[in-house]
Amino acid sequence: MSNTLAGALWRYRGFILGSVRREFQARYRNSLLGGTWAVLQPLAMIVVYTVIFAELMRARLPGMDSAYAYSIYLCSGLLTWGLFSEIVTRGQGVFLDNGNMIKKLNFPRICLPAIAVLNALVNFGITFAIFIAFLLLSGSFPGWVVFCAIPVLLVQIAFAAGLGIIAGVLNVFFRDVGQLIGIVLQFWFWFTPIVYSAATLPAPVQRLLSLNPMAPLIQSYQGIFLYGKVPQWAQLVPVTLVAIALCATGLMLFRRRAGEMVDEL
Amino acid sequence: MSDIRVTGLGKAYKIYPSQWARLAEWILPFAGKRHETHWVLQDIDFELKPGEAVGIVGSNGAGKSTLLKMMAGTVRPSRGDIQIGGRVAALLELGMGFHPEFTGRQNVIMNGQLQGLSLEEIDDLMPQIEAFAEIGEYIDLPVRTYSSGMQMRLAFSVATAQRPDVLIVDEALSVGDSYFQHKSFERIRSFRKAGTTLLIVSHDRYAIQTVCDRAILLDKGRIRMQGEPVDVLDYYNALMAEREFETVKQATLADGRISTISGTGEVSIIDAQLLGEDGKPADSVQVGEHLRLVVKVRATSEVPRLVLGFMIKDRLGHCMYGINSHRLEAPLMDVKAGEGATYTFHFDAGLGKGSYAISLSLSREDSHIDKNYEWRDNALLFHVFNHGKENFVGCNWLDARLEVVRDERESCRA
Repeated sequence: MSNTLAGALWRYRGFILGSVRREFQARYRNSLLGGTWAVLQPLAMIVVYTVIFAELMRARLPGMDSAYAYSIYLCSGLLTWGLFSEIVTRGQGVFLDNGNMIKKLNFPRICLPAIAVLNALVNFGITFAIFIAFLLLSGSFPGWVVFCAIPVLLVQIAFAAGLGIIAGVLNVFFRDVGQLIGIVLQFWFWFTPIVYSAATLPAPVQRLLSLNPMAPLIQSYQGIFLYGKVPQWAQLVPVTLVAIALCATGLMLFRRRAGEMVDEL
Repeated sequence: MSDIRVTGLGKAYKIYPSQWARLAEWILPFAGKRHETHWVLQDIDFELKPGEAVGIVGSNGAGKSTLLKMMAGTVRPSRGDIQIGGRVAALLELGMGFHPEFTGRQNVIMNGQLQGLSLEEIDDLMPQIEAFAEIGEYIDLPVRTYSSGMQMRLAFSVATAQRPDVLIVDEALSVGDSYFQHKSFERIRSFRKAGTTLLIVSHDRYAIQTVCDRAILLDKGRIRMQGEPVDVLDYYNALMAEREFETVKQATLADGRISTISGTGEVSIIDAQLLGEDGKPADSVQVGEHLRLVVKVRATSEVPRLVLGFMIKDRLGHCMYGINSHRLEAPLMDVKAGEGATYTFHFDAGLGKGSYAISLSLSREDSHIDKNYEWRDNALLFHVFNHGKENFVGCNWLDARLEVVRDERESCRA
């Protein structure tokens, strides 16, 4: 089954890549600065967090005395969480928002979530490049260990895409899902050690936190970018399995409901 | 070029009493069905030979659009099978799934890519698409700024940029102005000549009659009739007027045309004759001959108002002339049960050579849509011959006179 889906994605690669480019262009079409905004947005975020937390609030992480330590900690979690939440949010709306197209054109529907994921990746790519530039400029670049982020990212993308497709299909039939996802993501964000450090929490809460599949992913990024540590791969095994299971469930759900979905749009 | 074969096709939608019922069915798969199945199409069987053009007619909700969507592949059939080969281009309703924020040009590219074209191929086709759509500078503006007519122009131009093997058109053309309609029909006709199979839904009788070889009438999700466009459209027309007690009958006439009789039967036509100048029933008529149409009717129940009308149609079903006793200001009021009447229309056969049919209608008002006592399509047939008159072309005899004045001075100067 995945063969035919993969084949469809390959045959329609021109359409997929074209759509990603067009959406990016369309977003900045009527603006004077155009694509610059894609850079300014994340830049502003990094500056705000650095200034407010590192300089004004003097937030410090235990055992780190660099002025930028907390900022790097925050950004490595926030940016990657941003990617996760963007994929899930886009995935959740991908079939509903493209209902018009789905009803009138005959094409492999699986292209739509692929476009959504790629769009999120484009945004993330820009943001991430700025983050790397910030690390280099502030002299905090951790070295070649950054390449360890790639497998972590892949797991995270699979996890997010699986969740996004499931939410996307369900949302066509139950509009509640879209609303629910928004709320869940907010709680999930604060339940993940992004703004705070897991080490500062009491032991029972820490155990609870270990059930959160996003926690080891985010902690891996923080380890890589702040401490220059190679992730503890064993800790990523459960979330990898969950990601695979979610993708399989998502694709199965999609295959089973794709026909009925058109009737509901 | 491909055969299209549709067998046992059906489409049902699930209707749940509430969202909770749907949820229950999803999470308790063994607890049984909680939805009702609503069939919008059932037992659809037909075949199309390569290059054939078929029109689909039927009232709103008859299932025409659902059928075309299944043929185009966007909606999945609940039952049955569709075999369709070659490149299929479909224009389903307005806009073709254009993205409102993208420009016309971007949408054209996107659409082309969805048709499986490469960027180079789209680049090659672009000037031709732009020229055909005639939307000028709008091509570089977002589609949301387009009027519905402009969207349709662009959609048609993209879908037909390359000649498809099968072209599916749903109603879309009715949005355009008459200039563009004409232009798009020209293109459709040229595709037909080149061998494209055409499947079209339209409420425009003229469009179906002139383009299609065959028509299929859908009624309440089933095929009610298929055959010659003229016959199917007549039947459809009669069906439109169908009320609770109405019946529809059809009989094949000597020349293969089908006569359709429908109506409530409260008043019916007992006898209808077309009389020539010699007072004898005429089925061969001279151009300009004085004719009398004599129609005897009788009421089987009491009706408040009665109007008799007749219409002369040519071989393709185009109306040549029609009039009724309402428009001639002679409706009969308060007709009793059992009462009869004889109508005589006098007119001259100002028609061109060819064969014509007269349809008759008995109704309460001007239109048979309101209350149709009896509608009789192709009640009488006659042929028009031209012996005595000048040898003109066309379907109307306008009795043109000619004056020619030669100006010899002009020719001298030249």
